[in-house]
Amino acid sequence: MGEPTTFPLVLGLDTFGDVTYDDDNRPLSHAQTIRNIVEQGVLADQVGVDFFGIGEHHTDDFPLSASDVVLGAIAGRTTRVRLGSAVTVLSSDDPVRVFQRYSTLNAISGGRAEVILGRGSSIDSFPLFGYDLADYEELFEEKSHLFAELLKGGPVTWQGKTRASLSEQDVVPHTESGPFPAWIGVGGSPQSVIRAARHGFSLMLAIIGGSPSRFAPFSKLFHQALETLGHAALPIGVHSPGHVAATDEQAREEFWPRYLEVIRHVSKTRGFAVPTKASFLHEIGPHGALYVGSPETVAKKIAANLPALGANRFELKYGMGGLSHGALMTNIELYGTQVVPRVRELLHERGH
Amino acid sequence: MTGGAPRLPRIAVLGAGHVGPAIARVAIAAGHHVTIAASGDPEKIALITRVLVPGAESQWAADAVRDADIVVLAIPLHKFAAFDPALLAGKIVIDTMNYWPPTDGVQEMFEDRRYGSSEIVQRRLARSTIVKTFNHIGYHELEDERRPEGSPERRALGVAGDDPGAVDLVADVIERIGYDTVRLDSLSAGRLFEPGGPVFGASLPRTEFELALSVEPSSSRS
Ligand SMILES: NC(=O)c1ccc[n+]([C@@H]2O[C@H](COP(=O)([O-])OP(=O)(O)OC[C@H]3O[C@@H](n4cnc5c(N)ncnc54)[C@H](OP(=O)(O)O)[C@@H]3O)[C@@H](O)[C@H]2O)c1
Repeated sequence: MGEPTTFPLVLGLDTFGDVTYDDDNRPLSHAQTIRNIVEQGVLADQVGVDFFGIGEHHTDDFPLSASDVVLGAIAGRTTRVRLGSAVTVLSSDDPVRVFQRYSTLNAISGGRAEVILGRGSSIDSFPLFGYDLADYEELFEEKSHLFAELLKGGPVTWQGKTRASLSEQDVVPHTESGPFPAWIGVGGSPQSVIRAARHGFSLMLAIIGGSPSRFAPFSKLFHQALETLGHAALPIGVHSPGHVAATDEQAREEFWPRYLEVIRHVSKTRGFAVPTKASFLHEIGPHGALYVGSPETVAKKIAANLPALGANRFELKYGMGGLSHGALMTNIELYGTQVVPRVRELLHERGH
Repeated sequence: MTGGAPRLPRIAVLGAGHVGPAIARVAIAAGHHVTIAASGDPEKIALITRVLVPGAESQWAADAVRDADIVVLAIPLHKFAAFDPALLAGKIVIDTMNYWPPTDGVQEMFEDRRYGSSEIVQRRLARSTIVKTFNHIGYHELEDERRPEGSPERRALGVAGDDPGAVDLVADVIERIGYDTVRLDSLSAGRLFEPGGPVFGASLPRTEFELALSVEPSSSRS
């Protein structure tokens, strides 16, 4: 990308709250999994991770449906890490409530809240809350527009088909110092890139399969859309799955069987063929979307991909159903103490 | 049709979402003239087209279709019931759409399990010639997985249709884009490419693709 990276480098972690297993390979309870996530968030803060994000899901293997409550608990025990959703399924939520919850998190955390909005790949939320999947486009368009209005602060007037209209409505709590950062997560829909630009949200590229470089045109599309609209430049981030362990081999051996199991399950529900070991090895290589390996391997891949995508932020989605809490704590520690400083060093060397 | 002219078939892509621009890009790279249309004013997708598919032109759907030899239908399945069949009359149409209730929600029109989704599309677009392909490769893989002809790991895509001439025309486009093809002689047989089938999302060279299709119990209608 020709654009210089003018925004500060942010290196974060995301979790979808995958159920963790104990030493006897039995799934922990939903409650224990959630308490462990609080510990993981606290550790992330201690080891110097910049951002900790929690996704929204509604299934037995991802029991993390109320991310903001968990983030509130982490906020109470931390002082520096920024906290946010990854993502909030806005299409099946109420933008007013989302604003209220994250504005409250912003208050509790002393201004550390962010929100990443998604159209909804976690489709389980649609039937749960009584929405029709066929309406996702309209739901997301209207609700992201309302959310942009709410973020501006001040009384809101808004009209649409997907929720009650608002007239000069004061929505509380007010933020202390302007809007908190808001992003739109994009998996490959160009309309969503344009939408982010139009509403003034930053762009989070969710790259979960295939070559990261294929997203470079999306960054360009975002820049050009902002320019065409006469808006100032906004940050671009990358979210990708991975696993860090002491060595490449250990990371692969811990991650692969769990990944295969999870993908096998997803394959069944989505109807696609199960990936092979060869396709996995491709995904963790330089042209794939996964960041699995030693701190050095993972840092190098991050440092190579951010400039190529014109991005200044990376969020590693750590954890994979079945990994142990211990393995995840090690992952977080290695990420904070080794990957983060190494990426900074590598990008600095290259003059970014 | 091409009328025997040596030029490559002109392609119109309907849909500027995840899938449409990805197909348009590889078709341009293969040397085709490509137009792209969404449901409304081409102005709305002009920037997307310019940045993501340089070389393609965004048009109103009717204009794009009129001049095309092949139309790629890359719209969400739930929009199909309201789609006007007259728009595609007389055209060869690639149906990229999939029906998978867990992700699409239940669509009444496609619930008759005796027929594949493309057979139902063909019945509704009675004056068009439907060819089923591109539905079983991820849009994010389309560019990366291309390989030159003869390369040992070149991936195969299935191409199915009731009209052999149309199947061959489309298959030639796909070979030029960078994939081997496995041609099936009916849309009914093309059910093997659907979600839950043996090749959906699978990256296989031709012989393995054929093997995967053949070990599956016959796809004939029940
Ligand atoms: N996910 C995959 O990897 C994959 C692979 C192969 C095939 N598919 C199939 O590809 C199809 C498209 O999926 P998608 O994810 O690309 O959808 P999408 O991102 O929602 O985009 C849909 C596009 O279709 C346009 N459209 C809707 N109605 C139209 C109409 N009547 N005429 C012309 N354009 C119309 C929309 O334009 P407006 O905004 O103007 O309405 C939009 O540009 C689906 O049926 C899917 O099953 C998916």
